[in-house]
Amino acid sequence: MKTVIVVGNGMVGYKFCEKFVAKVDQGSFKLIVFGEEPRVAYDRVHLSEYFENGDAERLSMAPREWYQENNIELYTNERVTDIHRNSKTITTLSEKTYNYDYLVLATGSSPFVPQINGVDKDGVFVYRTIEDLEEMLAYADKIRKTVKKPKAAILGGGLLGLEAAKAVMDMGMEPHVVEFAPKLMPRQLDTRSSKVLQVKLKSMGINIHLSKATNQILGNGHVIGMEFGEDDVLNVDMLVISAGIRPRDELGKSCGLKMGTRGGIAVDNKMRTSDSSIFAIGEIALYNQMIYGLVAPGYEMAGVAVDQILGMEQTVMAAEIDMSTKLKLIGVDVASFGTPFMPAEKGHSIIFENKTESLYKRINVSHDGKRLLGGILVGDAKDYNMLLQMYLNEMPLPKNPENLILGSRGGEDVSFGSAMDLPDTAIVCSCEAVTKGQICCSVKENGNESVKAISKATKATTGCGGCKPMVDDLVKETLKSLGKVVKESICEHFEYSRQELYDLVKLRKIEDYDSLLDEVGKGHGCEVCKPAVASIFASIYNETANRQATIQDTNDRYLANIQRNGTYSVVPRVAAGEITPKQLLAIGRIAQKYDLYTKITGGQRIDMFGAQLHELPPIWEELIAEGFETGQAYGKSLRTVKSCVGSTWCRYGMDESVTFAIDIENRYKGIRSPHKIKGGVSGCIRECAEARNKDFGFIAVEGGWNVYICGNGGANPQHAQLLAEKVDREIATKYVDRFLMYYIQTAPPLTRTAAWLDKLEGGIDYVKDVVINDCLGIAEQLDSEMQYLVDTYKCEWKEAVENPEIRARYTHFVNAEETDDNIEFVSLREQKMPKAWV
Amino acid sequence: MILTLNTYEAVEPEKVSRWFKAAPVEKFPKNGGACVKYKGMQIAVFNFTREGTWYACQNLCPHKMEMVLSRGMIGEDQGEPKVACPLHKNSFSLKTGKHLNGDLNRIATYPVKIEGDFVYIGFSE
Repeated sequence: MKTVIVVGNGMVGYKFCEKFVAKVDQGSFKLIVFGEEPRVAYDRVHLSEYFENGDAERLSMAPREWYQENNIELYTNERVTDIHRNSKTITTLSEKTYNYDYLVLATGSSPFVPQINGVDKDGVFVYRTIEDLEEMLAYADKIRKTVKKPKAAILGGGLLGLEAAKAVMDMGMEPHVVEFAPKLMPRQLDTRSSKVLQVKLKSMGINIHLSKATNQILGNGHVIGMEFGEDDVLNVDMLVISAGIRPRDELGKSCGLKMGTRGGIAVDNKMRTSDSSIFAIGEIALYNQMIYGLVAPGYEMAGVAVDQILGMEQTVMAAEIDMSTKLKLIGVDVASFGTPFMPAEKGHSIIFENKTESLYKRINVSHDGKRLLGGILVGDAKDYNMLLQMYLNEMPLPKNPENLILGSRGGEDVSFGSAMDLPDTAIVCSCEAVTKGQICCSVKENGNESVKAISKATKATTGCGGCKPMVDDLVKETLKSLGKVVKESICEHFEYSRQELYDLVKLRKIEDYDSLLDEVGKGHGCEVCKPAVASIFASIYNETANRQATIQDTNDRYLANIQRNGTYSVVPRVAAGEITPKQLLAIGRIAQKYDLYTKITGGQRIDMFGAQLHELPPIWEELIAEGFETGQAYGKSLRTVKSCVGSTWCRYGMDESVTFAIDIENRYKGIRSPHKIKGGVSGCIRECAEARNKDFGFIAVEGGWNVYICGNGGANPQHAQLLAEKVDREIATKYVDRFLMYYIQTAPPLTRTAAWLDKLEGGIDYVKDVVINDCLGIAEQLDSEMQYLVDTYKCEWKEAVENPEIRARYTHFVNAEETDDNIEFVSLREQKMPKAWV
Repeated sequence: MILTLNTYEAVEPEKVSRWFKAAPVEKFPKNGGACVKYKGMQIAVFNFTREGTWYACQNLCPHKMEMVLSRGMIGEDQGEPKVACPLHKNSFSLKTGKHLNGDLNRIATYPVKIEGDFVYIGFSE
């Protein structure tokens, strides 16, 4: 039995073990691993997560038991000190000796600490291991006791340096990044993208100091500042050095392996060093005169070394290594691929920059416009995967390559094809070298029909995770190509669409959420199905949001709209916008008494902002005493019916729009629906009530009312479509009754009528068929269901203030009378407004 | 972020040194939450009736620093009990405090026990 010794238990060392045990027969090789750190190999790429959870276990690549299960002898906290090539043995710090047939060096790198006067002072750290982090945390805790707002500098504005800046920010310190070069991330970004990133980071509270050469570190015993030049000093309480890496190649040097002039152990494309029994992989390997400080090439090297040891000599390292990277830096997307900076003689660049949005996109295109050579993305890297694939697979560029970063702007030239257009050999997950072909095959042949299943089977997405969206697309598209429907179930707890669930509730006469979950669902529910089901109960039984309060969406639960500081707004119904002077005075008095900010809404009523939870019942009690009722501004329900003044006053008016609007608003008030519903009534075709951008609208014309449905304003404005022409009020109302009821029963959750109509097969003509021609034979049923809702309306705020049990819900604390002292207001134009978010 | 780090720290069950008697059981809605004041802190307590368990966590949502989590809907994601913030629907595990649909900071969680008809929250101080 041959023995393989791996020196180093970092990410690449671990990957070697993983690939090795997967390929080798038990008992044919003995694998021994030495790690210098006390912990088993962990994910250094996500080191800053340790701050968020303090959980070292979660970072580990595999638990200690994994090594046992795979018969790997693992020695942590044990440094290898010497290699004796003649006797093929190694010795360790505890002076033990082991024989090897093959030796794999994966000792990685250590942080480079420049020779600056004072780097040995207390409070100067490097950022590499969990232990480094723990020491930084302890020091930060100590400082915070004496300094109110401590500052920490990070020496080095590269990738790791910016990660470290986030870490010190999380520790409650003010971060200052100090970089020698005139730009951030000098290896990945050009000057302009660096500027964009700089502006963004600055806005997040990270201070950037560029073109700074540090002369010395100041302080008596512990760091108090950095000196750049005469009179150029930055006072800091802590310093983190992140100025690059140096390969841990001392073992190779001392046993006489061939080294690079600036360090690193020289290897060939088989990962062999100058001694054919010794391999070097990861950040100590000098391949093509380069050290690769990324995970993906390290993993590939591990795979090559495994195959070479097992005699599969045809596996060699690619001649060119892709150094593309994408990461989320402190919440900002940054990516670069291929040749990010390109001399003009090789091609030309297309650059889009928008500093106000912190966006920068650059692609480099060959002179003939046929190939993508590289690029840089800052602020938005969602197209990175596709761009990278186009670059790696040398795919032809579209006619207008600028569409790749600007998106298609109306022409026929669609920017990207789908992920399915990639060749099967395209590597989708570069960390684990998984191709598109492997993923699609795993879906088709092994029945792995979700990203989760694919990642388990192929390991794709388990590295940096950047390929997840593309894997998701591939899974969905492959399923579609197999003719499998991706079912429209509302969430993991109910395998039904909203419409199916609606029918089930009605058919089985189920009246509460828990029973529904028990009878036709599974698990314990979530924030998606709870409000959807609450809406169904409301539509069928007209129950108010008070009965099953904890399944209601945020606003319904407390019958008010939650606002940015956790306070609520109050909106009484003012049907059609008609209000008496007496009612206006009442609203004014109440708003003044409770110090509420008031504003006229777009729906012709008055919104009062800034009420705390406990103030809601007394405010409503007073409003109700003045004759108001709830305006349901908080609900997915009828909001308002907007009206123009109509023939009563207007000299152009064809009919009485205000009266009609009041009657209609009172008819549909309180009715809950898949999304909010708005209406409008205009007295003539001048359309002052904007009825055609409402879910339903009536416009008075010569000879009756025109009825429009399925319009909306909002994010995707859409004009309403004509349902019926020149009908009288009764018929107009009947058609809208039926339309609304049909929509309520068939729409998916949170879908406005316009979006519902877009997806409805047959469109407006089909709705006409159902509502006017009764092609489904359900018109009468729709009529009576609507009439039931109209007849059983009650004001849910009246119900709430009159019921002590419901009223008791309106307290901030259950164990104290106090109110939330976290709420802060500032003044604005003689009213109040919430203090801005930090 | 800084406020969370300084004020709210998760308490492991074995580290509890003080059980704070918060409020009677009936003050907490079934399958819902309510907020408890303890010293300068606001703790959200959830009565997860369907699971037959109780959970507690900070009331502060780390996204926009508002005291609102106790008013959120609770539920479960692949078996992991969670609360969804009422402001922007960020979901956090009630067991570990981990942000489940993004990468916000973890929220602090606290042990809860029921004795007699009272809810107790565990703190270590």
